[in-house]
Amino acid sequence: MNGARNANAGVGRAASQIHRVLTEAWRLQPLYVSLYAILLSFVVGGVLISIIGVNPFTAYWALLRGMVGGGDEIAGSVARSVPFIGSALALAFAFRAGLFNIGAEGQLLAGGITAAYVGALSWMSDLPGFVAIPLILIAGTMGGAIWGGIPGVLRTKTGAHEVISTIMLNSLVLFGVRWMVNSRDPVVLRDTESTVPRTDSISDTAVLPELVDSQPVLHVGLFALVGICFVVAFVLKRTTFGFEVGTVGLNPHASHYAGINVNRVIVASMAASGAFAGLAAASEISGTNGFFQPGTFFLMGFDGIAIALLARTNPVAIIAAALLWGSMLSGAPLMQQEADVSIDVVRIIQAMVLLFVAADAIVRYLFRVRELDQSPFKATSIEGAM
Amino acid sequence: MTTVEHAVGATGASGRIGLNRQSITGLVFGLLGIALLAGVAPAISGNSRRFNFEPPPDPAGIGFHPPTWVVAIGVLFLLTAVLGFAPPEARRWASPARLLSALAVIPLLLVLSLALSDNPSTNIVNLFNESLVLATPLALGATTGLWCERSGIINIGIEGTMLAGAGIGYMTYATIGDAQSTGWLWFSILISVLAGGLVAALLAVLSIRFGVNQIVGGVVINLFALGLTGFLRSEVIVKTGITTGVGTSEFGLPLLSEIPVIGDQLFRGKPIYWMMYLVVIGTWLVMFRTPWGLRVRSCGENPHAAETLGVNVVRIRYQSVILGGLIAGLAGAWFSMESQTRFEDNMTNAAGFIALAALIFGKWTPWGAFGGALLFGFSRALGTRLQFLGVEVSGFEIPSEFLQALPFIVTLVVVAGAVGRSIPPAAAGQPFQRSK
Repeated sequence: MNGARNANAGVGRAASQIHRVLTEAWRLQPLYVSLYAILLSFVVGGVLISIIGVNPFTAYWALLRGMVGGGDEIAGSVARSVPFIGSALALAFAFRAGLFNIGAEGQLLAGGITAAYVGALSWMSDLPGFVAIPLILIAGTMGGAIWGGIPGVLRTKTGAHEVISTIMLNSLVLFGVRWMVNSRDPVVLRDTESTVPRTDSISDTAVLPELVDSQPVLHVGLFALVGICFVVAFVLKRTTFGFEVGTVGLNPHASHYAGINVNRVIVASMAASGAFAGLAAASEISGTNGFFQPGTFFLMGFDGIAIALLARTNPVAIIAAALLWGSMLSGAPLMQQEADVSIDVVRIIQAMVLLFVAADAIVRYLFRVRELDQSPFKATSIEGAM
Repeated sequence: MTTVEHAVGATGASGRIGLNRQSITGLVFGLLGIALLAGVAPAISGNSRRFNFEPPPDPAGIGFHPPTWVVAIGVLFLLTAVLGFAPPEARRWASPARLLSALAVIPLLLVLSLALSDNPSTNIVNLFNESLVLATPLALGATTGLWCERSGIINIGIEGTMLAGAGIGYMTYATIGDAQSTGWLWFSILISVLAGGLVAALLAVLSIRFGVNQIVGGVVINLFALGLTGFLRSEVIVKTGITTGVGTSEFGLPLLSEIPVIGDQLFRGKPIYWMMYLVVIGTWLVMFRTPWGLRVRSCGENPHAAETLGVNVVRIRYQSVILGGLIAGLAGAWFSMESQTRFEDNMTNAAGFIALAALIFGKWTPWGAFGGALLFGFSRALGTRLQFLGVEVSGFEIPSEFLQALPFIVTLVVVAGAVGRSIPPAAAGQPFQRSK
């Protein structure tokens, strides 16, 4: 026990050293918790890797090279991260309005299937790219927005809590798209010539231009999603609607008496959230896959929750957090290949990141970070989630 | 739901929909009844069909004339509809009629599916048993949710807790018992249960000690369990080379399984399936018939009032959440050691979320949750059965996805309050801080 305590004190001392350097050199105060959470998660992951008899530094070195080891790796990592930006925005925007949208998983599917349907329509091939591409993106966005708007409407009309209704809607849309891509009799959206269940390939004119031929392909969807982050940041900071969203999030009661149409804000923020997820799905369909398969979006919505929290729901910080997330997933196969460590280690590390960001008291205690402001993820900020 | 939402979100709704709800339900049943009488009954085949009670050869059963049944159920729906608009003194019959009509949907589905199939008969006792067996993990998961939410902790990490139980249990079985020995099997099931408790303890610490948002805590658990079990599978289970083995075996309940015709089908089953009943009954007994159960419920409704009366809210919440986790661990063992004897990544396949839906459908009560689980189990069993029978509607097979999606729609309707509103414990989701 004594040894452990000494080690703990050692960690603490080293941590406060790092802490001082960071404070004085870079003024990274608001980022401390996130950065330390990432550091701590990698330490935990390292312990796990050593348990199975692999040198964690070897494994992490391979992971790092898989993430950013060369031009192709970097492009692949960025490409992998693009959809996460949308799914994280889906949580973050609703969160600002005091809503917990855990339906990004379903909104991605709804957006993806709509985009794939519109993209494969026969007359799409007659359209020029500058019409077809916006069309497929708008279709996906609308699909996501409608599926995201439903829980908003249910909440305002009947009081059904959005956490419950989005869970139900996630399952509903999953069964729906499964049927659409599986069914041969009648054929709904299935590509009958393919052996695996998937939709028809979208028209060539609706394919987003690629930037780098990496694995997966880096395409122009990157600009769309990064752009949306800045638009959201602007809307939240500088527009009346953004102000209303923030006010409703802080206190719907007071907003109501201040004359804000709370119901309208709730429906609009849920629909906007769904739209971001839908856009992410559409850009994946159009830029990466060229067709729709339900498995593509598995866990992407739940990862979005983690990314949004890591970024403390700041739309611009989401870009960085999504990059970290996507590149870790993209680098993991090299780690498995070279160090023979299961790629699931990355999943564990990611869960730990979310854990330490959410339970920032652990991080603050270990690294002696002072409380700068009220963490937005404390349960108290969303008055009784149900 | 908070008072704020009531004030803001549903001010108009509580008055308006409250008045309309009965009429809306009445209208829906009325339309269904008319559709059955005028559309379905004349259209379906008049050939007689048979519900069997046992497997062939020469099974006992009852024959019936499908159109007659459809007409009978259609009349029942119409009666319910009429009662919905009846003068107030007759209204007291409206609510039982609605319940009866809702229940009549199940025989209606059975009659219709058999009438639309080329097969003249099907074994319904067996179908009922399949529903119960498929409901096992859902009922256990819903009971987990019940313990957590009744004490005031929302648990959307049921899925992850089950998955961890399934993975860690099977890993134990494969490494020390070679997935063959009965003794180690039971030890491994115990490990599953404990693993579930441990994972739930993590949720408890996060949400009670650190005041983390409980939904975030649940997401952490789900992601963590997925990573952990995937890691254990590829690093441990795969390396032992034991991908399958001997699971729990069936046994018949004494006396009951000797009842002629149905006994052998309904009262033979595997151990975790039987434990599910014990867990549901035990939960009902403890939660509603003991002082401790009352304390648990009080923590979920008004923790500060409970504290005033000397209840240790923090301790009760820890106890309930961990107890819930143990139950979810047992559900995990069902996946990897009873239903199948192996472990696959993401083996629970959203059962935890379905369990949550069953809990909400059952309005946060043990028997309601069990009923919800049974509904989900039935829809899955019926889906398989319809494919087996080759049921076709105007030349198209009924997709099993439709039947599987049906309970989710029903739950959504229940949550939205169209038919008997489902209201969660008042303090669920709210962190509790001891008064100083």
